[in-house]
Amino acid sequence: MITSLLGVLFDGLAYGMLLFLISVGLSVTLGLMNFINLAHGAFAMLGGYVCVLALQRWGLPFLVVLPVAFVISALAGLLLERVLYRYLYRRSHLDQVLATIGLTFMAIAAASYFFGPMQQPLQVPRFLSGQVSVLGVDLNIYRGFLLAVGAALTVALTLALERTRFGASVRAAVDRPRVAEALGIRVGLVFQVTFAVGCGLAGLGGALGVQVLGLDPAFPLKFIVYFLLVVAVGGTSGLKGPLYAALLLGVIDVAGKYYVPQIGAFIIYAMMVILLVLRPQGLVSRR
Amino acid sequence: MLKHYLKLLVSAAAFLIAATASAQEPLKIGMVLEMSGAFADFGMQMMNGARAYMKVHGDTVAGRKVELIVRDTTGVPDVAKRVAQELVTNDKVDFLAGFGLTPSALAVASLASEAKKPMIVMNAATSIITTRSPYIARVSFTLPQVTAPLATWAIKNGITKAYTLVADYGPGIDAETQFKKTFTAAGGQILGDVRTPMRNPEFAPFLQRIKDARPQAVFVFLPAGEQAVGFMKGFAERELDKAGVKLIATGDVTEDGVIEAMGDAPLGVITTQHYSVAHDSAQNRVFLKAYAEVAGTAQRANFMAVGAWDGMAAMYEVARRLNGKIDGDKAMDILKGLKIDSPRGPLVIDPATRDPIETIYVRRVERLKDGKLYNVEFDQFLNVKDPNK
Repeated sequence: MITSLLGVLFDGLAYGMLLFLISVGLSVTLGLMNFINLAHGAFAMLGGYVCVLALQRWGLPFLVVLPVAFVISALAGLLLERVLYRYLYRRSHLDQVLATIGLTFMAIAAASYFFGPMQQPLQVPRFLSGQVSVLGVDLNIYRGFLLAVGAALTVALTLALERTRFGASVRAAVDRPRVAEALGIRVGLVFQVTFAVGCGLAGLGGALGVQVLGLDPAFPLKFIVYFLLVVAVGGTSGLKGPLYAALLLGVIDVAGKYYVPQIGAFIIYAMMVILLVLRPQGLVSRR
Repeated sequence: MLKHYLKLLVSAAAFLIAATASAQEPLKIGMVLEMSGAFADFGMQMMNGARAYMKVHGDTVAGRKVELIVRDTTGVPDVAKRVAQELVTNDKVDFLAGFGLTPSALAVASLASEAKKPMIVMNAATSIITTRSPYIARVSFTLPQVTAPLATWAIKNGITKAYTLVADYGPGIDAETQFKKTFTAAGGQILGDVRTPMRNPEFAPFLQRIKDARPQAVFVFLPAGEQAVGFMKGFAERELDKAGVKLIATGDVTEDGVIEAMGDAPLGVITTQHYSVAHDSAQNRVFLKAYAEVAGTAQRANFMAVGAWDGMAAMYEVARRLNGKIDGDKAMDILKGLKIDSPRGPLVIDPATRDPIETIYVRRVERLKDGKLYNVEFDQFLNVKDPNK
């Protein structure tokens, strides 16, 4: 009984961490820049395909592939920011939604053209597969790895945002762009870098997620609900909200499917409704 | 001088072609397929299977040139019905064929009755489909048809306690019901069942639940593709095999087209189905060679491509016996009891139900000499009918 509870908790936290990893980029662009990027999933998918290609065709080791996926997705984000996104910052949210959902469909078509409609194979290295038994609870090694990466990333992002000069400029640029500009902060550049980092995080999340979520051209639309769920429930200010939301939803989803499998798939949505009724501003909100 | 002869020859040829064309309209086959969306794989397999058949057997039958008209259902039943309607009224097709998914086939059934068009189901595998119109004949399989032999095999091989996991839609419920029925009738015990939602990227909790129940085997049906890949990975990750849980499944789970995406996970898995690319026969070699020529080698053929191939064989035979004049009722009379020498082995369309009677093979996933995964057949059940009718 206790062991099954601990097992569920571990799986749930790991699943929640994966949700956080693929959504955190979106909460960066949405929360910090107030820009609705529904093409977020397309960057995650790009990271996924980079991961598969780098592993299968170029034979790179998995731990090298992850930063590569981050960098390539970030570069793609940087490029698109220059040629497309920057013109949308000042447009209405509806325009942003329409433009980015269109971009998502283009990404899906491009992925099926280049890679075909099928699922992509992925083998994680041996040291990350299998299970270890701790105090009678079977713990999945890859999920443990997800937890570790997620925790490290959260710490790094929080420090970067709250303790560095660049983090301070980002917050200033978001809160009062004109004043920030007057103080000599290059708001355009700050947004550009922030956006690229958001896309890179999406790519990293996508690469980490292939093993658990699979990868095919429909990826961006299949998981868009989860990205939005995490950001909507978590609130859009800072990283803590989405982190708590993702972990909570992950644990509840896994526990629901384990203990009441008949309705397990709906519990995550029921939970979303309850949380949004209780805290419409998100779990963690700005004052 | 030579130029003059050539001119004469060309005009003579042109005259001949024009003459035959006016005498014989092309034989039109309307293919209702999932060409885009989540099941785009299904449509590609079936279209290439049909094209491969035409490549080997020629594109003319009974003096009529065969024309495939492919329409995309996008996986939505309403769209399937609309495109089928257009195929019948605008294109005036002689046959309706294709149908990867059960809902598409059900949506078009009434139209086949009204228009008296023979409708060849090349894949969709829910039992009830052929009962919905007397103009439907199926050349693929039904889920109960492959599930019942698996339950029998399990009992024979000492499995008495099983858990079931199926996708929560028509074919899944068909499979679950049949497995429980055959398994418990032979003295087996079902420890529990799970129906997983169609949109479900995460199998871990379901798998953990099964692992904790400690059955000897878990029976699984999931639609081929993404879900099967996700499930197999989770199964290996959670080391259910080491906990003593055997995986037995319908062939959809280790389907030839996606099996390579599963890594080492499916090694040793036991499945039952009517077709494997590893099936050793001359007909299968001809089929695989033609398929690779048409579709390239990026993705392997699977049972859906074979369904399309056999559907074409059935339509060619009907056209030959009717001398190219397709009439709905006469076509159905020929289809009932028609024997097809399929790449999967012999196949007869049951005159009573218009469902296939065929051999169901028991297969184990192995890595063969070429380094790739295959479903290797090692046992078989002869002349299996759909047990639901």
